[in-house]
Amino acid sequence: MSETVGTAGSVPETRDTMLGLREMELNFGPQHPSTHGVLRIVLKVDGERIVSARPDIGYLHRGTEKLFETETYPMVIPHTDRLDYVAAATNNHAYCLTVEKLLGLEIPKRAQYIRIVLDEMQRISSHLLWLATAAIDLGAITPFFYTFREREVILDLFEDYCGARLTLNCMRVGGLQEDLTPGWLEKLRAFTEDLGSKIDEYEDLLTENRIWKMRTVGVGILTTERCIAWGVTGPPLRAAGLAWDVRRALPYECYPELDFEIPTGKNADTYDRYLVRIAELRQSRRILLQCCDWLAANPTGEIRGKVPRVIKPPAGDAYASVESPKGELGFYLVSNGGNKPYRLRVRPPSFINLQALPEMARGHMVSDLVAIIGTIDIVLGEVDR
Amino acid sequence: MDISASVLTYFLIPAVKAVVVVILVATAAGVLTYIERRTLAFLQVRKGPNRVGPEGILQFVADVVKLLTKEDVVPAKAQHFIHFLAPVLVMVPGLAVFAVLPWGPEFTMRIPGLGKITTAWYATDLNVSLLLLLAITTVGIYGIILGGWASNSKYALIGGLRSAAQLISYEVPMGFAVVSAILMARSLSLVEIVEAQRTHHMWFILPGLVSFFLYFVSGVAETNRIPFDLPEAESELVAGFHTEYSGFRWAIFFLTEYANMITISAVATALFFGGWLRPFPNVAALAFLDVIPGVLWYVLKVSCFLFVYIWFRGTFPRYRFDQLMALGWKTLIPISLTNLVLVALAALGGFRGLRILGIVLWGAAIGAFLIVTRLRAAKPPAAKTAPASVRARAAEA
Repeated sequence: MSETVGTAGSVPETRDTMLGLREMELNFGPQHPSTHGVLRIVLKVDGERIVSARPDIGYLHRGTEKLFETETYPMVIPHTDRLDYVAAATNNHAYCLTVEKLLGLEIPKRAQYIRIVLDEMQRISSHLLWLATAAIDLGAITPFFYTFREREVILDLFEDYCGARLTLNCMRVGGLQEDLTPGWLEKLRAFTEDLGSKIDEYEDLLTENRIWKMRTVGVGILTTERCIAWGVTGPPLRAAGLAWDVRRALPYECYPELDFEIPTGKNADTYDRYLVRIAELRQSRRILLQCCDWLAANPTGEIRGKVPRVIKPPAGDAYASVESPKGELGFYLVSNGGNKPYRLRVRPPSFINLQALPEMARGHMVSDLVAIIGTIDIVLGEVDR
Repeated sequence: MDISASVLTYFLIPAVKAVVVVILVATAAGVLTYIERRTLAFLQVRKGPNRVGPEGILQFVADVVKLLTKEDVVPAKAQHFIHFLAPVLVMVPGLAVFAVLPWGPEFTMRIPGLGKITTAWYATDLNVSLLLLLAITTVGIYGIILGGWASNSKYALIGGLRSAAQLISYEVPMGFAVVSAILMARSLSLVEIVEAQRTHHMWFILPGLVSFFLYFVSGVAETNRIPFDLPEAESELVAGFHTEYSGFRWAIFFLTEYANMITISAVATALFFGGWLRPFPNVAALAFLDVIPGVLWYVLKVSCFLFVYIWFRGTFPRYRFDQLMALGWKTLIPISLTNLVLVALAALGGFRGLRILGIVLWGAAIGAFLIVTRLRAAKPPAAKTAPASVRARAAEA
């Protein structure tokens, strides 16, 4: 731990410290229980109040975007699994959408529905993981085990479908590799119907819990204007009151045919971000039930469009995005007509949302920082790439 | 009294008791860690330790052996002597208080070769045992502060500072709560306080409802347990004041925390729940309950409190530091002062006054509970701050 200390007044936003004492510099991470990976935050604290917080990222940088350029288009998909490694399906989906857009491919209806099922399962599992860790950061250890009980079922379903639990590699350019396994849909429906009461359980533990509310209400406010200025998307933006959801704003696949709502908050604080994510769990459940109905009514069909043997998109560029659990996940693809991407740039929601951390944390206490990191919901694999 | 008898009374029996108490407390703290892990596991839909020994009961033994043989790392720039002293400062008071805890009444037993011996289920009965208890437990705070400071780690330092502020703040309402029990019993001796609950024909929880509540809340704060575990808040301070401790020194901090939980529960039992007395100690119809010896009653009551401790841990998030201070100074201290005045006035009226105070307090508490539950039931399911989930839920329904 470094011995450097900033003098009072060296940071523009500083207040007079008590007795004119100097601020303490506190290294938060990269090995810390609640930075959710290898995030380092350099804090300047006055007592326990944060004067400034500076995220230091890059500990998990693997050069993924450069790596994309050395792989053919189908070979890129497994690499996208490792961006937001707790939400592989949405990563696959965003990448496939981008390539399909450049190729101008038609995706069969059945494949679209199965993709949505995988996406929404992934959203539920990612939000469950978020709830588990956000609660444990604030000292509530029990929700962790409850949410992991349900997440386990989702991972088992993934395993049944594609053999992998985390790094799914479950989508292909033009559709899917595999159709659903027999009996899978019934298992999914049983789980989904059960999920509502499980979400009630989490809410019983937290939503009206006085300490939980004391810790989260009014903490880490990021207004709609600031969200837009930073490019923040996903639950933090919706908690600020703006109903921006890529599934509705820039529709893809057959989301327009599905009936669901975009939950929003109004106070833009940690508590509202919590409520929005809980509400999104319920909305994903609704979508899953509708998809189950459709897939049960249409048990057979094509799952892959007319894809050439060697994927060589025409020279040009394309951008496509999906609503990942963390926010808008986009891929910008530049092709020179070859069988490998000329450049593939990721728009990672975690990275962009994390930028707002210093602004959200300023003036709060060290304990609040933990709550704020928790509800931004970052995954370092996506931040660093 | 001949010399051998005085040696027996003043040296041998106390020495045996002291050794027994220390061994029992250390074991009990270990067993408590196992019980906590199993209970938490039960609350959290998992199994908990179940491999070492039958149902994992020997897990704590394995843990202690592991910690004893583990490398003891001391940070390079730590203040070595104070770093060494801190766990001792924590442990000694933690064990010493058990000298005055009254686990059971006096009893007579016959030891072959020594004849009849009258002794009691406590190491000693001081006439100021409560004062001693408060004084000794406070010393333990030095261990935490010094341990945090001597580690030469900022996390440990913040943990130590938090703990200093927290313990000082919560010592005050706890002291007032204890004073109200003293007023009711008109004695500073724990044994006499327990006996007073027999002569008053009631446990002091009746007039001491508020006092007990204050005592227990402050007690949870004093033992650094959730929701007041800020000095060692894992998600913020890694491990707080004992971040830089490992091996057996860490184990000492850990075990003492559990020993302190037992102390707080035991004192709460003695002050407000009639110690070793059975429920309604003067109702003859319940005399069959005397089949269970006093010590068991005591252990049973203490276990209930310990379960509440564990239950808290499974349920509550953690307070923030400023909220903790606000709760202590702005809520608990005014309540404890008001409560102290009420109890003092009631104690002036003797037995009758205390009984009236008890009926009033319990009536108010039950009334408030009924009103609140009625209001909760009348209110729509989600709060007004939850527009998002309200709509989502309404749409789903």
